Amino acid sequence: MTGITARIRNLFGPEMAGPGFAFLAVMLFFGIASPQFLSGATFGSVAFQLPELGLLTLAMLLPVLTGGLNLAITFTANLAGLTVAWVLQANGGVDAGIGAFLLGCVLAIAVGAATGVVMGLVIAYTRAHPILVSLSMMIFVRGLGEFLTRGGDVSGFPAFLQPIGHGSFLGIPIPLLIFIACVLLWHVLLTRFKLGFNTYMIGSNIEAARYSGVNTRKVIVLVYTLSGAMCAVAGIIMLARFNSVRVGHGESYLLITVLACFLGGVNPFGGFGRVIPVFVALVVLQLLSSGLNLMGANQHLATAVWGILLLAVMILRWLAAQLMIFNRRKG
Amino acid sequence: MAEIKNPESGVTPLLSLRNINMTFGGIKALKNVSFDVRPGEVHCLAGENGSGKSTLIKIITGVYRPEAGAVIDYDGQTHSHMSPVTAQAGGIQVIWQDLALFPEMTVAENIAFHSLVGRTPRLVNYGQMREVAIKALQRLGVTLDVDAPLKDYSIAQRQIVAIARALIGEAKIVFMDEPTASLTQSETDHLIGIVRSLSASGVAVVFVSHRLAEVLEISNRLTVLRDGALVGVYPVEGMTQSRITELMTGKSFDQQVRAKPVEGNPVVLEVKGLTRPGQFEDISFTVRRGETLGITGLLGAGRTELALSLFGMLKPRSGSVTLEGKPVRFSSNRDAIKAGIAYLSEDRLSLGLIQPQSIADNLAIASLDRIKSGGFLSDERKRRLVAHWITELGVKIGRQSDAVSTLSGGNQQRIAIAKWLATDPKLLILDAPTVGVDVGARAGIFEIVARLAESGLAIILISDEVPEVYFNADRVLHMAQGQMAGWFDPRRSTLQEIEAAVYA
Repeated sequence: MTGITARIRNLFGPEMAGPGFAFLAVMLFFGIASPQFLSGATFGSVAFQLPELGLLTLAMLLPVLTGGLNLAITFTANLAGLTVAWVLQANGGVDAGIGAFLLGCVLAIAVGAATGVVMGLVIAYTRAHPILVSLSMMIFVRGLGEFLTRGGDVSGFPAFLQPIGHGSFLGIPIPLLIFIACVLLWHVLLTRFKLGFNTYMIGSNIEAARYSGVNTRKVIVLVYTLSGAMCAVAGIIMLARFNSVRVGHGESYLLITVLACFLGGVNPFGGFGRVIPVFVALVVLQLLSSGLNLMGANQHLATAVWGILLLAVMILRWLAAQLMIFNRRKG
Repeated sequence: MAEIKNPESGVTPLLSLRNINMTFGGIKALKNVSFDVRPGEVHCLAGENGSGKSTLIKIITGVYRPEAGAVIDYDGQTHSHMSPVTAQAGGIQVIWQDLALFPEMTVAENIAFHSLVGRTPRLVNYGQMREVAIKALQRLGVTLDVDAPLKDYSIAQRQIVAIARALIGEAKIVFMDEPTASLTQSETDHLIGIVRSLSASGVAVVFVSHRLAEVLEISNRLTVLRDGALVGVYPVEGMTQSRITELMTGKSFDQQVRAKPVEGNPVVLEVKGLTRPGQFEDISFTVRRGETLGITGLLGAGRTELALSLFGMLKPRSGSVTLEGKPVRFSSNRDAIKAGIAYLSEDRLSLGLIQPQSIADNLAIASLDRIKSGGFLSDERKRRLVAHWITELGVKIGRQSDAVSTLSGGNQQRIAIAKWLATDPKLLILDAPTVGVDVGARAGIFEIVARLAESGLAIILISDEVPEVYFNADRVLHMAQGQMAGWFDPRRSTLQEIEAAVYA
C-alpha cells in the first residue's frame, strides 16, 4: 500500500497538488456553469490546441529547471518551420514528396538544436545571464526570419501534411499523440537519465554540483540544445496546423509557457519541477479558455482569466505553505 | 526596587535575568535560565548550537518576549521584558556574526548612520557623520579611512567598524556573536586587545564563541547553557578546554593521540615539488594506505588551494602527483574522482552539499553510474545505496527525500562524507570537516575518520584547529604562506609545541 503511494508521489511529486487542485476546480466550475462543457467537442478543441503551447512549454521547462530561461523558443520554432517550408518549396512545393518533408524535419531540428548549442555555449562559458543570452538569440532569430521572409507568410505545402495538423489516429488527434510522446520523453529524460538528475542539481546550486564532479558546462549546453530541438518539433506542428509559416506565429505563447511551468509547480529559481504536473497545468489552461469560449466569453477575456488564475495559484501556494508551517509547530 | 547582590563578590550586576522561559512550537528553548553580567567584565556565554545562546541574547535585546514570570534587572530598573527601543537606549549593543553592515557604503556611513536616523530634518550631515566615525575609531585606537567604501576592508577590519558603530550609542554592554569565527590569529589577538580596553573603560563584553582557547584567554567568567538550561556560572581561572567541552556536552572527552605507525604501508599518493605561484610552493609529501596525514596552518596558508590542485580543480604550474605509482594529471575533478580522489569541501553550505535537494540525491550525485540498471537510473538502486551509507555512517534522518538542509551540521557532514565514500575512493581529502559541527558531534566525525583509515583508506585531514590534526592524524604537516613549514609527529611532540609553531 505504502509502495503504491510512494510510487505515485515519485511520479507526480509534491508539485502535483497545485495543478491537480486547479484541474478539479475548473472541471467543477464549468461542469456546473455550462451543460455542454463535459462533451466530446470541448475535449476535441482542447486536444487540438494543447500541443502547440505544450511543446513550447516543454522547450521552456528544461532551461527553467537549471535556473535559466529560453526566450527564443517561439521564433526558433518558426525558423525551424521555415526550414521545412523551404526544403518543401525547393522540392516542388505542393508536389513535394514525403522524403523531402522528412529531410526538412531533420534539418529543422538541426536548426533548432543549433540555436540551443550557441546559447548553451555562451551561457556555460561566459556565465552571462540566460535571460540576456536568450533574448539576444530571440532578436537574432526574429530578425533573420523577417529578413529571409520579408515579414510575410510562406505557404503552399503538399496535401499529406494535412493529417499531421488535423488528423486523428484511433480517435486521438495526431498533434496530441506527438505531444504526449514528447511529454513522456521529457519525463524519462528527467527521471531516468544522468542529464536529468544533473539538471535539477545545477538548478539548485551549480557550484556545489561542479564540486561533486558534475560536468556543468556539458549539462547546460545539452539542456539548451534539447530545448532548441523541442522548439523545432513545435514549429513543425505549427506549420501543419496553420498550413503556413510566419516568423511571428505564436508569439504570445512565449510568456504563457513560463507561467504554465510555474502553474505546474516548477520552482522559478530552478532545481525543482516535474513534467507530468506541467502537463496537467497546460490542460487546465486550455480547459479554462475552451470553457469561457463555450460560455460566450471573448478570447481576450480568457487570456485575462489565465493571469488571474496564476495569481490565485501563487496566493494559494503561499497559504498552503503557511498552513504546513502552522501544523508543524503544533506537532 | 530590590537590590540584587551577588553573594560571592558583593558586586551589583549591571544586567541580571531571572526565571527566563521561552517556548517555540512546543519545544522549550530556555528553561528557567538566569544570567548576569557585571559592569566592565568580559563574560563568555558558551553552549552548543541549539543550547539557547542566541535566544537568550534576543530576549535581552528585546527581539523576543520571555514567558510570564521573567525578571530582568538592567541598570537599576526592573522589566518583565525588554523592547528593542529600551535595550538600545539603555546601551545594550549586539554585534551579530554577519555584522549587518553595508559593504557598498563608506566606513563613516556605516558607523554613524544609526545615530542620525530618525532625526528631523531628514537630511544627512556628512561632516558630522565623519566626525562621529573618526571619534569612535579613535576610541578603539584604530585608524581607517572613513571615506573608503567598507568593501575595501578585510573581515577583521569590518568587525572593528561594527564595534565602533556599537560604541557610538554609549554602550554599557556589548554582545559579540562568534566574533573570531573568520579571523586569523593576529587579527584575533588585535580584537582581544580591543575587548580588553573596552572592559577597562567600563563596558561589559559578552563573548559568544566556540573557540575555547580564546574564551580561556579573555574572559573573567563563563556561563554554560545546555539544551536550554543553565549548567552553571564559573570563574574562568582554573578552567581547561576539556572541562568546558564536558560542561557544554555533558559528556567527557578524554582525547588521546590516535597516531599509529604506518611506515610499512604502500604509498597511495606521492606529491613532488608541487607549485602554484602565489598560493603554494614546492610541496612534497606522501600519503600511505591507512594513514591520516594532517595539514594545518593559518587561513591563507595555501591548504585549500593545494587540496583543490590534487582534486583537479586548480592546475599546478609545476611538480608531479603520483597515485599508486602512476603519474596523474587531471583536467577536471571528474578525472580525479575517476582516479579515486575525493575532496570534502570546507564550505559545506554552498559547495559541499546542495542544500535544498534531497538527502538521497546529495548522496548519490557523485556515483550515478553505480545506481544504473539497464542504462537508466534506478530509484530502487539509489534507495539501497543511500540506505547502505546511512547505516554505515550512523546518520539520523527522517526520509531519504527530505532536503539535506533539514539535517544538523554533524549529520550533513556525514552525508557529504558518504557521498565521497560511495565513489569508492583511494584517497579522501577532508577540508575543515568540523566547521559548523557541534562539539559533541565532532567526536563522531573523527570516529568515522579513524574507522575509514583502519579500513585502508588514505586520508588527508586539513584543519586550522591544531588540536584536531594533533589528536586525529598520524603525521602533521605545517604550512605557512604557501610553504612547507615543518613536520610533527603527534607521538613525539606536544600539542603546545605545534600550536606555538603554527600561531607564531
